[in-house]
Amino acid sequence: MEAAIAVSDLKKAYKRNVVLKGVDFTIESGTIFALLGSNGAGKTTIINILTTLIKADAGNATVGGFDVAKSPNKVRQHISLTGQFAAVDDILTARENLELIGDLRHVSNSVQTAVDLLKKFNLTDAADRRVATFSGGMRRRLDIAMSLIGNPSIIFLDEPTNGLDPEARNDMWQTVRTLAKNGTTVFLTTQYLEEADELADTIAVLHHGTIIAKGTANELKSLVPGGLVKFTFHDEEQLIAAIGVLKNEFEITERDHLTLTVATCGSTTQIAKVFIRLRDAKLEPTDFSQQIPTLDDVFFKLTSNKTEEN
Amino acid sequence: MRALKDTWTMAKRSLRHIVRSPDTLITVVLMPIALLLMFVYILGGALSHQTGSIKYVDFITPGIIVMTVISGIAYAAFRLNTDIQKGIINRFRTMPVAPSSILSGQALSSTLSNLFSSVLVLAVAFAIGFRSSAGLVEWLLFAALVTLLTLATTWMAIFFGLWAKSAEGAGSFSYILLLLIFISPSFVPTSSMTPVLRGFAENQPFTPIIETMRSLLTTGTTGNKAWLALVWSAGILVVMYALAIWQYKRKTFVTTI
Repeated sequence: MEAAIAVSDLKKAYKRNVVLKGVDFTIESGTIFALLGSNGAGKTTIINILTTLIKADAGNATVGGFDVAKSPNKVRQHISLTGQFAAVDDILTARENLELIGDLRHVSNSVQTAVDLLKKFNLTDAADRRVATFSGGMRRRLDIAMSLIGNPSIIFLDEPTNGLDPEARNDMWQTVRTLAKNGTTVFLTTQYLEEADELADTIAVLHHGTIIAKGTANELKSLVPGGLVKFTFHDEEQLIAAIGVLKNEFEITERDHLTLTVATCGSTTQIAKVFIRLRDAKLEPTDFSQQIPTLDDVFFKLTSNKTEEN
Repeated sequence: MRALKDTWTMAKRSLRHIVRSPDTLITVVLMPIALLLMFVYILGGALSHQTGSIKYVDFITPGIIVMTVISGIAYAAFRLNTDIQKGIINRFRTMPVAPSSILSGQALSSTLSNLFSSVLVLAVAFAIGFRSSAGLVEWLLFAALVTLLTLATTWMAIFFGLWAKSAEGAGSFSYILLLLIFISPSFVPTSSMTPVLRGFAENQPFTPIIETMRSLLTTGTTGNKAWLALVWSAGILVVMYALAIWQYKRKTFVTTI
């Protein structure tokens, strides 16, 4: 598969504030890529460089096969950007907004394109109202609809679900999935691990200007111990006894009134050993479960490690 | 070709903005009309003997037209800056739109709307007794000069619109221009001013422009300052255009990291 986006050693600083310290990643065509990071991590700066809004200080970036610094106009033919804040024209109506973008993209029939998109995004009833009167969710829908005009092959979504209610967020997720199914490459940034987990084929974690991890959601999850086993005991006496039996061989990661979480390396032999130790000590947990790590665990583990190194 | 089409698309958008904010139209058209009425009916009696053989309303109409243009272009700066603050300009900048059309669209809409305002103000002047001995050619030359002045000051507005940190501050440069109109032979001949002011008034750019307009409308001749008017207007246009493009290229339109 060819790469829709390829970035190598990208650097950017605003005066003394170093935002990107050498970022690398590639995104295959037709996949959904999520750039995960907290506020101020540099996510928007990467989007700004890839969408030709600003120039990088160093490094290379190609989008749709074209260098963003050398042929920005070629790049612009292939992309669209939906920024963090809906870039819609408040004074125009929804229809006029869509027709404006259609005209600027030189689509063959911008009037019909607008009609189709209004229908697709459930805005037909509000088509001739000024956008200033729209709710946040409606503005977002219009914003995305405007981004789809001219069928760009690569779509950038900067925190697309920020400030949306759960229903609107689900609509957005559905839109993103449909886009990818039809072959569009989607680059999205998010602070929400759940969102990256839900949508992305590939995830990269950006922290203090560098990518500290990348891979599929499952690959990332494998970075944190998968062998957490949680036991529930009948009474506290048993729980304390169990800690006594296990603490020399295993790490106790969490302990509550009647529950205990034990870390193993994840192999069946290791997990079995925990059970054997408990049986030998004649301790009978009333319940047990294996804890599947979430992306949150991954993110906090990765970012806390990096902070310690600094 | 593409750039021209994009410019027209951008201008159409901007004209919709102008038409849909009636308050701007009121400020742009009513303020000069109010001044025109005030000067003619309140101060005109006292000032009319200053203007010799020219009727006072005929004397001040060109200056009022220039004032109409200046109060109109301030809104071009405001509109452009609002587009920057709201981020819509970044949507255009990531699209395959001819970059020049983003700014030229503003210049075109500003010129069209200012010519329209000027016609309205002229109509009021006619209603209160303004008469012109200009023929078709002189009227066309007058229209050409108004257009050139509008273009020149609109590019100035575009520069300030790009430069200003807030939409509210973007139009404030126009107050200086409005002040310059008062220190010129717009409302009284410079001969009635104190020597220092007179020296300034006789040599500032608005003076030959206003005098040429007056000459075209009242006597039907281009007058002796037509070249100077042309050089000033064209000079301001070239310099402000270059500054606006330079500012557009160096500006960072993004704020978020």
